[in-house]
Amino acid sequence: MDIKSKVTEIIVEELGVEESEVILDASFIEDLGADSLDTVELIMKFEEEFDIDINDEEAEKLTTVGKAIEYLEKKLK
Amino acid sequence: MNKLNDKVAIITGSARGIGFSIAEKLATNGATSVIIDLDQQAVDLAVQKIDDQGFRAIGFAANVTDQEQITSIFKEIYEEFDAVDILINNAGITKDGLIMKMKEDDWDSVINVNLKGTFICTQKICRFMMKKRSGVILNIASVIGLMGNAGQANYAASKGGIIAFTKSSAKEFASRNIRVNAIAPGFIQTEMTENLSQEVVDNYTAAIPLSRMGSADDVANLCLFLVSDDASYITGQTIQVDGGLIM
Repeated sequence: MDIKSKVTEIIVEELGVEESEVILDASFIEDLGADSLDTVELIMKFEEEFDIDINDEEAEKLTTVGKAIEYLEKKLK
Repeated sequence: MNKLNDKVAIITGSARGIGFSIAEKLATNGATSVIIDLDQQAVDLAVQKIDDQGFRAIGFAANVTDQEQITSIFKEIYEEFDAVDILINNAGITKDGLIMKMKEDDWDSVINVNLKGTFICTQKICRFMMKKRSGVILNIASVIGLMGNAGQANYAASKGGIIAFTKSSAKEFASRNIRVNAIAPGFIQTEMTENLSQEVVDNYTAAIPLSRMGSADDVANLCLFLVSDDASYITGQTIQVDGGLIM
């Protein structure tokens, strides 16, 4: 499974949203209804699923689906 | 009537004393009690005592200040039971002494076990509870954390810290249906207080409106209530079991 599909799957599961809502421009908080705890859970899930460490500074920048995918693709290269 | 059927409850510092009474009480009410304490032999003995009565308990020897140990134990429990419903942060120590003479080590070790241990166990468990959108955490504080006590500055600070930590975690976790409360026991009869002289005991009890020391069972009864669904609208509170010592 490619990174984009995996990320989409995680977001759908963690935030309980429809796959169709998970578009690149979607903001986790503003568009997908995440609260601050959700965003922490999401980052932790990425760390677990992709077996990486995402530091707080980097995590703060991952505010949209697109930014998360771009970051993970770069990190996992 | 089993209030806690099929619930899994982790109780730290529960091989003896108040912790064991809590583990026993929850197990007799249908929970599987997970006993965590420092000494493997003491843990095994405590598990055996509950097992002998026909109730469920398992045990782990661990130190609540050891993040790695706690992480792996909690994970193991979660994987086996697919849930961790209840955490009781009970592990605690005292290293009494006047402030002027208190060694840094005595300060650090009491804050580490009592306060940091509570933080570590809460942090490691909350992930599982958040995933399940349900859970109950109960922190065992002390009236000393509310009223202070000469000769126990470190202990008082740790227990006062636990009360403030309880409120913060209750606020952080409320949206995930996780309740967090604290119990502040007063003077409770345990192995720790058995060695006190009659004079000291008399002095203590003179200050207690109910004129007697409490039992570990008094604390365990409140525990059972607070972790059960009967208390489903109670969070962020510190409830005293102290015979009216402070009001």
